[in-house]
Amino acid sequence: MKVFEGKSVFSGIAIGKISIFQKADTSVKRFHIEDVEAEVKRVDEAKATALAQLQKLYDKAVQEVGESGAAIFEVHQMMMEDGDYLDSISNIIRTEGVNAEYAVATTGDNFASMFASMDDDYMRARAADVKDISDRLVRVLSGHGDGDMEASEPSIIVAEDLAPSETVQMDKSKVLAFVTRKGSSNSHTAILARTMNIPALINIEYDDSVNGMMAIVDGKNGTLILEPDEKTLKKYQELKDEELRQRTMLRELKGKQTETKSGRKLHLYANIGSTADVASVLANDAEGIGLFRSEFIYLEKDNYPTEEEQFQIYKTVAQNMAGKKVIIRTLDIGADKQIDYFNMAHEENPAMGYRAIRICLDRPEVFKTQLRALFRAAMFGNISIMYPMIISVKEVLQIKEIVAEVKKELTEQGIPFKDDVEQGVMIETPAAVMISDLLAKEVDFFSIGTNDLTQYTLAIDRQNAKLDNIYDSHHEAVLRMIKMVVDNAHKEGIWAGICGELGADTTLTERFVEMGLDELSVSPTFVLPVRKIVREMD
Amino acid sequence: MVSFNYVIKDELGIHARPAGLLVKEAGKLGSTITICKGEKKGDAKKIFGIMGLAVKQNDEITVTVEGDTEAADAEVMKAFFEANL
Repeated sequence: MKVFEGKSVFSGIAIGKISIFQKADTSVKRFHIEDVEAEVKRVDEAKATALAQLQKLYDKAVQEVGESGAAIFEVHQMMMEDGDYLDSISNIIRTEGVNAEYAVATTGDNFASMFASMDDDYMRARAADVKDISDRLVRVLSGHGDGDMEASEPSIIVAEDLAPSETVQMDKSKVLAFVTRKGSSNSHTAILARTMNIPALINIEYDDSVNGMMAIVDGKNGTLILEPDEKTLKKYQELKDEELRQRTMLRELKGKQTETKSGRKLHLYANIGSTADVASVLANDAEGIGLFRSEFIYLEKDNYPTEEEQFQIYKTVAQNMAGKKVIIRTLDIGADKQIDYFNMAHEENPAMGYRAIRICLDRPEVFKTQLRALFRAAMFGNISIMYPMIISVKEVLQIKEIVAEVKKELTEQGIPFKDDVEQGVMIETPAAVMISDLLAKEVDFFSIGTNDLTQYTLAIDRQNAKLDNIYDSHHEAVLRMIKMVVDNAHKEGIWAGICGELGADTTLTERFVEMGLDELSVSPTFVLPVRKIVREMD
Repeated sequence: MVSFNYVIKDELGIHARPAGLLVKEAGKLGSTITICKGEKKGDAKKIFGIMGLAVKQNDEITVTVEGDTEAADAEVMKAFFEANL
């Protein structure tokens, strides 16, 4: 038995086998080869292995998603057997006298750039397929395994660090817990773990030998226990059962109003990051969606999502929520959420840089595509729109101008949309707090983003794990700001809520109710614990 | 040499899936099969060659079949395009 000390970002207990998540490392070195024919033969052998892997993926996909969904793996096989592709690889090996990995990577880049330069979105996206097969071939050549998450049983996923996009792509039914060496408790992966109700630890100094070992993740104490003895295992099994009982009890609160004994009601909504989370919103009985993080639509793609793609997603969520409120936040990227195809320049201080509404106002064509999709989808349910990272009234007026243009264009094109969509802003900068009296005259609601507001108010980088110990989310400065925002909202007759992590902090729920907040939007799993506290209040 | 023209009806054009089917079908035939779109030419037995043409809906392509069994093979190709694209 061995115990690793770390930091918990989501309490809860997981017991299972460890599976180390390997980043697809496909960086290759170029070096000179004497026996070029042997190198060409190596490619041939690697190709056979890669083709077998793709066949396996194809078979699995046929079972899970049917033949037409699986066809892409058949196409990948054909690409790998394509004469021009293979000729290019052996040519590079023979003429330059270089190693196979380099020849494959170079060929992959060349073919990918051929697709990338086409004037057709669909074909441009195929560059990713070429890169995918080339990466696979390189992995086989360099003996890096096949790169597919092979975990056939649910496992504790251990990794150096996890990017939001990697977390999103994982099959969540195979994830018992996340354990990473890096990361901070406010990173997006941590937020995702909370959304998914998955125990998560950070700052665990593991080594590669832990792969496949039996382990316990103790999210209460922030420890990872390797190969536990029988007594320890029994103790944790009991704790886990207790946790389950607690959750069952909370389930009894489902369907009950979120109101104090004296009848003061609060709207209790949930935060989501993808359409898949809607199930969790409904299971936890949230009264609506208070924050739909639309950037996940962009993060999951390798090119700009089209108006139609976005429209379908917003429409589906609105329909699934069947008339309950769905507050969709417009694109909030930049800072810790980077997207390759936006081609954003490197910044020294991205948290204070080119991000969120600043990008949207600077690139109205991207913004307009999203707005068109939103106003169209609003026909199908109770959609509200929320704009992030506001610092001035001027920005709100600019947004209004763009919205007016979008509506005018839709009208001229005869495309149906909803005209009177509720629109609000996020209050997540000290500037927005200080001018909330002015902003309240321009918008329909405020939603306070406490994560960024705390970071900017305390001047503490939320990505910096070293500062976690002085990052005080209960800082009086932040709490006073919240009060100020609520008061200014009510003076103009609009509502104010919290959609940041702080909203789920049950030690503050009473104070929030006393402050007069109208709404709290929390990770789905926190809906019932918060409701419990409100219902116990006088 | 036998050739015929065809206008693509599939709304996505020759996208990955039909391109894969086309390569499979053409691979069974003995003739050399070339697809032309404007100035560009692609070998129907090579997936990159076909996808590189970026053929879209309403594009007109010319299919050229050359070999000992060209007449019969051209019929097979024609039937393939009618059924899939």
